[in-house]
This record gives sequence, structure tokens and C-alpha cells, in this order.
Amino acid sequence: MIFEGLAEKLQNTFSKLKSKGKLNEKDVIAAMREVKMALLEADVNFKVVKDFIGRVKERAVGDEVLESLTPGQHVIKIVKDELTHLMGDTQSKINFSNKPPTIIMMAGLQGAGKTTTCGKLAKLLKKQGKRPLLVACDIYRPAAINQLETVGKQVEVPVFSMGDKEKPVTIAKESILHAEKHGNDVVIIDTAGRLHIDSNLMNELKEIDELVHPHEKLLVLDSMTGQDAVNVAKEFNETIEINGVILTKLDGDTRGGAALSIRGVTDKPIKFVGMGEKLDELEAFHPDRMASRILGMGDMLSLIEKAESSFDQKKAREMEEKLRTQQFTFDDFLDQLEQIRNMGPIGDMLNMLPGVPSKQMKNLNVDEKELNHIQAIIQSMTRDERTNPGIINGSRRKRIARGSGTSVQQVNKLIKQFEQTRKMMKQFSGAGMDKLKKKGGKFNMPFFG
Amino acid sequence: MLKNLFKGNDEDNPTEEETSKEQEHAQSNRENPRVQEGEEAPEEGLSLGGLFGRLKEGLTKTKKGITDRVDDLVKSYTKIDEDLFEELEEILITADIGVNTTMEIIDQLRDRVRENKATDPMEVKGLLKELLTEALEEVANPTLDLKTTPSIIMVVGVNGVGKTTSIGKIAHKLKAEGKNVLLAAGDTFRAGAIEQLKIWGERSGIDVISHQEGSDPAAVIYDAIQAAKSRKVDVLICDTAGRLHNKKNLMNELGKVFKIVKRECEGLSQESLLVLDATTGQNAIQQAKIFKEVTDISGLILTKLDGTAKGGIVISVSKELKVPVKLIGVGEKLEDLQSFEPKIFVDALFD
Repeated sequence: MIFEGLAEKLQNTFSKLKSKGKLNEKDVIAAMREVKMALLEADVNFKVVKDFIGRVKERAVGDEVLESLTPGQHVIKIVKDELTHLMGDTQSKINFSNKPPTIIMMAGLQGAGKTTTCGKLAKLLKKQGKRPLLVACDIYRPAAINQLETVGKQVEVPVFSMGDKEKPVTIAKESILHAEKHGNDVVIIDTAGRLHIDSNLMNELKEIDELVHPHEKLLVLDSMTGQDAVNVAKEFNETIEINGVILTKLDGDTRGGAALSIRGVTDKPIKFVGMGEKLDELEAFHPDRMASRILGMGDMLSLIEKAESSFDQKKAREMEEKLRTQQFTFDDFLDQLEQIRNMGPIGDMLNMLPGVPSKQMKNLNVDEKELNHIQAIIQSMTRDERTNPGIINGSRRKRIARGSGTSVQQVNKLIKQFEQTRKMMKQFSGAGMDKLKKKGGKFNMPFFG
Repeated sequence: MLKNLFKGNDEDNPTEEETSKEQEHAQSNRENPRVQEGEEAPEEGLSLGGLFGRLKEGLTKTKKGITDRVDDLVKSYTKIDEDLFEELEEILITADIGVNTTMEIIDQLRDRVRENKATDPMEVKGLLKELLTEALEEVANPTLDLKTTPSIIMVVGVNGVGKTTSIGKIAHKLKAEGKNVLLAAGDTFRAGAIEQLKIWGERSGIDVISHQEGSDPAAVIYDAIQAAKSRKVDVLICDTAGRLHNKKNLMNELGKVFKIVKRECEGLSQESLLVLDATTGQNAIQQAKIFKEVTDISGLILTKLDGTAKGGIVISVSKELKVPVKLIGVGEKLEDLQSFEPKIFVDALFD
């Protein structure tokens, strides 16, 4: 990849710049070239990038560089702010109709993940106390109905189907009557995947739209989509005037520039994101996270931002002191763990660490559940044990394991890791810490060294 | 001198003194057609025969994208300068070729323009076409290695790229060539996947070896290989569940399946085909890289080329990973699968 870290590149671009003060036009233009490349590499549509760069340039030229930041960091900050802004607010809500049933129609290209997303949405709504009905309107793809029926069974939501001989329009219409009769207050219509330039199938979509008047028309789009995302979003929006977008397969490692592209051409909110193959993996869309993601990993600035806002400065100083004197205890460990978790998913955090090669990160699978276990184990220790881990003998370990619902092996592992960390931190608190501090302010992360 | 040649085409028609001033203006004018790409259909220079009719049909949109814009661009420039290269760069990027590959191609284009002492912007198009073809031809190899009986084709890829559909099409194609084909329903995870493959099998009258949903895919593949050997079929095509390449466990599972294939099919011809969706952006390179590590892919299938997606990723993937594109999907019908020919592909893009 040409683009490994925008932050680094911008730092280089600005390395010649000694004085802080205002950003001048020449520097901004140089920086914008890097930003442009980053966005293009993230699959943001070319036209959208151009508009975006224009806007950022305007804002950045002459901007006073914040005291705490380098000019390069300051530019990233502006870029990220604008990106977040463009991505819109969090609007992960379904507009429910006053008069049930609320009708939701899903549409999109082949293989975007419509059927799976239908199941996920049904599950989510069911959890909210609704009584959804899934409707199988994909009569074209082999076994599509079968797939929806299986998904329906998995989430325990009824599926309405009339086989593959009836027209989708008829099926949609009948399903509403069925829902009314059976007390389903939400109807989720799964339509066939279609190309946005297939006029027959696009007309079919329009017909369903005109006949059943869905309250929500959601475009399901693969987050890995490239430059073509704008064409797809534009055509679907022009044909059925969508209410929002669901971005799927975001659990992959795509940068997801398509999110920005579709915002750029449709101005419609991204409501949910698909985060996995399991049917409960549908999440709310977070514009700020998406912005960081599109800009790429190694985004040091958001780490600084996050660290500054959620890391208690005083506590950090205390911690540093403790590390120096080796009084670091399990309580501190827990404390740090909680503070760090306040900042967001650990995987993201690691990716933002300066100087950590992203290649290494790929092999590092941070399991959030693992962190829950760690928390539980520490919380199952007595105060004495936490401050003085040396006293934790076999029977104490057994008790801790029972108390935390983990195994003795897990407890052993944590204690061992803790001891190692302590040792490491002693070395780290010497030379390494100063270097880190220079780069990113107060930031101590003992167990990630 | 050259300017006169293009006077008729260029609406802005700048005089020599005004050229630099007008350049900016002209540039912003040229942006408009690109915004509306795909909406209008100006005259097409395509007249490929029946053999490639379907490919052409599928690629018309693609062609319109790059060619018209290159044409527009080339016509509106009166001499080769930095702006021209920059604009060409942008056009390639818009085709999903990716920043990396685009830069390389543009650099090579510069060299070539210098070598050929090209002074005519129209020549640039020819040179660009040459470069793109070369990038693809370097690794080209459209044939499937199916020498032994049985031969085995593994089909892998991320979710929703069209693996099962592609298998349906390949099976149909091979059967039409008189081969005896067997399918293995190795996607035991996705709801309805087994059923979907069975329907494709029925359509072409081909048997499908399957277990229950949720069973071990490695076991299905093992059984299918044994069946293929004992039934003496010519080709066994194995479906696998779609998986995102960054899911370690799922990739390990795939690794296990391939271990069995390697062990059971020693000495047999094997193809491992990665299916890529033409609408996918730069992530396709990552997909190809990781799938190649785990499954040692021997070729690519590029699907959904009948949309407006340009499929430019093929060029990047071929260049970076040296894996040839073998087949392309240009529609939803059983016969909408074509052998990939770089020359024809690029010709259809540029003619």
C-alpha cells in the first residue's frame, strides 16, 4: 500500500516547517496532496475527494496552529473534523409509522448482504419489542427464499413467502395484509439484488415502492465498494428515494471510503453497519469512527485527542510515579484498563499507536472479551492480593478463578503477564517513556508494550 | 502547429497567449461530463462480432467510462504537459485502478512518451492502452489446468462476490464442452448456500455432493474428492463459504480444507480460483494477497462486470500479485461467463 500512515506522511511534509503560527497556502496544498491520496486509496470517489479537499483547503489556509499540535497534526485534525462533519450525525433509527405496520424495504446490488441484513434488522427490532415479519421478494436468485426462511428461523421471526412464481409486487402487497391480520407491526421486505442500470428490475423496485409505500427504504451497500459507489447510490436514490444506507461487511479491513462517497452524492444518513456474520452483529453507525477509519490506521492525532480527553492527567502522573518506583499494582492495572477502554475499541487504539508497524498489528488479535475476563479476575481479588500479588498462592488462585468465572490457567496467565509487564515497565519508564511523552503527551500503556 | 489540428474539436479554442490562462477554465469545464458519466451514451466505436458480443455488452459501460473521457481529455489538450498526465492519472484512479498502480502506469507512460518522442496527445492514448494491455498480458493465462481425471477446481472469496453463481456458470461451460462435472457444496455456513448450488446443479444436470448445513466443510470436500475419483468424473468444482480475509479463524478453516485437497489430490490438476467483485475497490488487493497466502490461488474470476464498475482492480491485482485473471462474469445468465483475454479486454475498453 502506498499509504501506510497519513499522520507520518504529513509529519514529513511539515518537517521542514520549524515555526508554528499560521498554516500558509503552500504548506496546505502540499498536505492536501497527501490527504487526497489517502482518501483515494480508501476508495472515496474521486469527485467527492476533490470537493472535500477544496473545502478543507479553504478552512485550513490561515488557520492558527493549536499550541499543542504540530502543523501536520493540525491539518489532520481539520481533515478529520470535516470528514466527521460530512459523515453526518448518528441516526441509527428506524422511522416507525404511527399506524402499524411499519414497512421497511431493503434494496441493493447482488451480494451486498441484503438477506443477512434483513435477518439482523429483524432481530434488532424484535429485541426492541416489535413483532417483525420478513418478506421474501427475491424470486430470482436460486434458494434466496430458502435463505431468508433459514435466517428467519434463526432469529425466530416469521417469514412470508409465496414461492418464486408470483411477482414481487404481489408478494409485497399480500405480505402487508398478512402482517395486519397476524399482528406484525413491522414488515421487512427483502428484494432481489439488482444492478442499478437494469431498468426492468429498477422499475420493479419502483412499482413495489409505489404500491406499498414503505416508511423506510434502505440501500444495502458493501463497504468494500470502490469508485462505483456513487453511481449505485445515485441511481437507487433517484429511483426510490432512499431514507438511509446500511453499510455491510465493515468487519473486513476495507477503509470504507464508500461511506463518504454515498454521503457526498445522496446526503442520506448511514443508519447501521454490518459487523459480522452473526445475526446480532448490526451496529449503529459512528461518523467519527468512520472518519478515522477512512483516513487510515496510524492516525496518531485521534489517539492524542482521545487520550487527552479521557485520560485523567493527574492519574497519569501518579501512574508514572508508581511505575518508576515499581509500586504498580493490580488496582492500577485495572484502573488503566478502564481508562483505556473508555477511549474505544482496543483494536482501534493499538492501530493508532505511533511507531507501531501496522503489519505487527495485524497479527495481534485483541479480543475484547479477553479484557472482560481480565477485569473480572482482578475484581475477584482481595485488596491485599491486588497490592501484593506475591501472596496469591494456589488456593487463592482457585478462589479467584471461581469468583471470576474463569479458569486457574487464565488467572495464572494474567498474573504472569502482570509480573512481566511490571518488569518491562521498569525498563520502559527509563528511556522509552521520555520518547513517548515527546510524541504524544502523557501516555502510558503498560500491558501493550 | 499541433493546435491547428485540434481547433475544430476544442470549444475553448485558446490562442497561444491565452493557453495558460484558459487551461484552468477548460479544466473545470471538462469535469462536468465525468460527473454525469453513465447517464448519456455518446456514439460508440464498438463493433465486435458475435463471439465477443456479450463481453462487449457487459463492457460497454466500462468502455464509456474510460475511453470517452480519455478522448475528451486528449482532444481538449493541444500539447503534452503535466496537466495532461495529471488528468490521465485521475481517470485511471476513477476506474478503481488504485493510486499505486496508477502512479506506476503514469510514470511508465511518461517514459514511453519520451522514448517515442510523442508530441501528439492522441498518441498518448495508444501508449496508455499498450501499457494497460502489457500489465495484464505479463501474467495472462486464461486456460484452466484440467489435464487429469479428475481435476479439481477450488473456488474461494469474500462474502457476496458471486462464488456460487460463478461455479454454476463454470460447471455449465465445462459440461457444454463435454466434460463430466461434479460439484461439492463446501459452503456449509451460509443459510441456503447448499440449496443454491443444488439448483445450479439441477439446471445443468450436474450432481452435487453435500452434507448438512453447519457440517464440517473439510469433510464435504473430502467426500467429494473420493466421489470424484470413484465416479471418474473429469472435473470436481468445490464451493467454499464466503469469508472476509481478515478473519483468522475462517482463513484457518480454509487452510485446513486446502490441506486435505493437497493430500488427497496429489498428482492431480488443481485450480484455486479467487472470485473478485468488479465493484470492489482497493480492498481487492488485500483480499487477493491474503487468499493467495492461504490457498495459493492460481487465477482470478472477476464478476459483475455488467454494471458500471470499471473493474480496474484487475490491473492492480495482476501487477502486484502476478496472478492472472482467468474468467469474467458479465451477466446473470448461465452462459454469462467469458475467458479473460487481456487484448480483447483492453480493446473493448479503448476501441
